[in-house]
Amino acid sequence: MKQADRANHKSPDATETVVEMQNVHKSFDGNDVLKDISLKLRRGENLVILGRSGQGKSVTIKCIVGMLTQDEGAVTVLGEDVAELNDKELKELRIKVGFLFQSGALYDSMTVRENLEFPLTRVLKMRDQDEIDQRVTEVLDSVGLADAIDKMPSELSGGMRKRVGLARTLIVHPEIMLYDEPTTGLDPITSREISDLILQMQKKYKTSSIIITHDMECAEIIADRMLVLNEGKFIAEGTYKELEKSDNEFVRSFFK
Amino acid sequence: MAGEALPGYKRWLEDTGDQVDFFASFFRNLFRGGFEWSEFVRQCYEMGYKSLTLVGVTSFIMGVVLTLQSRPTLVKFGADSMLPLMVCVSIVREIGPVITAIICAGKLSSGIGAELGSMKVTEQIDAMDVSGANPMQYLVVTRILATTFMIPLLTMIGDVIALFGGFVAVNLADSTSWTLYFNKCVNSITFVDLLPAFVKTIFFGFAVGFVGCYKGYNSNSGTESVGKAANSAVVNASLWIFFLDVLAVQITQLLFY
Repeated sequence: MKQADRANHKSPDATETVVEMQNVHKSFDGNDVLKDISLKLRRGENLVILGRSGQGKSVTIKCIVGMLTQDEGAVTVLGEDVAELNDKELKELRIKVGFLFQSGALYDSMTVRENLEFPLTRVLKMRDQDEIDQRVTEVLDSVGLADAIDKMPSELSGGMRKRVGLARTLIVHPEIMLYDEPTTGLDPITSREISDLILQMQKKYKTSSIIITHDMECAEIIADRMLVLNEGKFIAEGTYKELEKSDNEFVRSFFK
Repeated sequence: MAGEALPGYKRWLEDTGDQVDFFASFFRNLFRGGFEWSEFVRQCYEMGYKSLTLVGVTSFIMGVVLTLQSRPTLVKFGADSMLPLMVCVSIVREIGPVITAIICAGKLSSGIGAELGSMKVTEQIDAMDVSGANPMQYLVVTRILATTFMIPLLTMIGDVIALFGGFVAVNLADSTSWTLYFNKCVNSITFVDLLPAFVKTIFFGFAVGFVGCYKGYNSNSGTESVGKAANSAVVNASLWIFFLDVLAVQITQLLFY
């Protein structure tokens, strides 16, 4: 599914900003990783952040979810200043923000079912087993892995682990999804399947997403808008088509 | 990176500060509510029941060896009838608790360190945290409490098995009835022998769980750090056991003698 097919995906309030980073600066041991970056994610939008490895892409989304705190600037998610939240408020916010890790980060001592039940019982505090079973089945059906419900993560392939990771994140119905290199380490066919799946899930669960990637096919399939990060700064912004014709040599090098 | 550049004493101070913070965080989460009972019971089973064979075999051998080694000396002084008393007091007061705790440091502390370290490396702890769940409550509180409850229990069982080992060893060289041996053992120990020994095993259990969890939970990224976490968990837990033992002996002397 390409960009032209997705014009009708966005919700009516597509102008509402759900994530905003303003002049964010972050350094580690004196090494500047993010240098004064700003971004806005609008409701229902898929924003792809493109960049080489080690340029601060993951740091950017970790600041959004409060795993890292910026040194300067402000990060606002759903109207809340992340740095100002206490532990309880941060946990409440995190329920609304799903984070899919590069590896899927499945709990390897639990079956797929237990992995999916975990956020329902621990985060949403659901107690009704029928309701829990219904949600687990529904989300596993959505990612096409209903048969894997009683398998251990070690029995799953890389693509299946990503699907289960996505299902576990979506099961609490987050408003915003953050994807950390969702197609890394997968073969081209599985990468395409995961990219299509992300798009389908966005449509079904009406999420707004930030996708970190350097997989151009994934970016082409998913992106409504793209930002290119280089040396801690966003150097270009636009749609896939616009950036493809960019004057900037570094930006164009991604499309070769 | 900066950690490597710091002088040794600063790293030590930093690590001590982190441990104090982790200790406080354990208690904050313990009393926060929403205790993970099912995970606690599972950990008790994994750590307690599954360590029973190891503790039992080691305790039996310990009882046999202690008795066989002590007997010649007591015979020299014509005090071989005191053998059950000596074996019983040694096992109950000191050898039982310390050996059981050391075995558990090797088995449980390293296991916890490696498990949590690997969860950290594969971002499972981060995933739990970022989902809005509480990894401290689910992973750390349950494991520390499980070792704190199970090690005293394992010590008690181990003591009984070690005394039985002593009885077997006595009968290898001599002939004593179980009733006589058992009566001599029971008459030789008092409340002052039992209580401090029991109380210190609670602290040993806490140390084993705490060190394992701290080392695993705070391991760095990279598979190498999993091994390091397991290794330093054993070393540190063992040191803590000996340190707490010295402290317990001093406090017992002050309070009861």
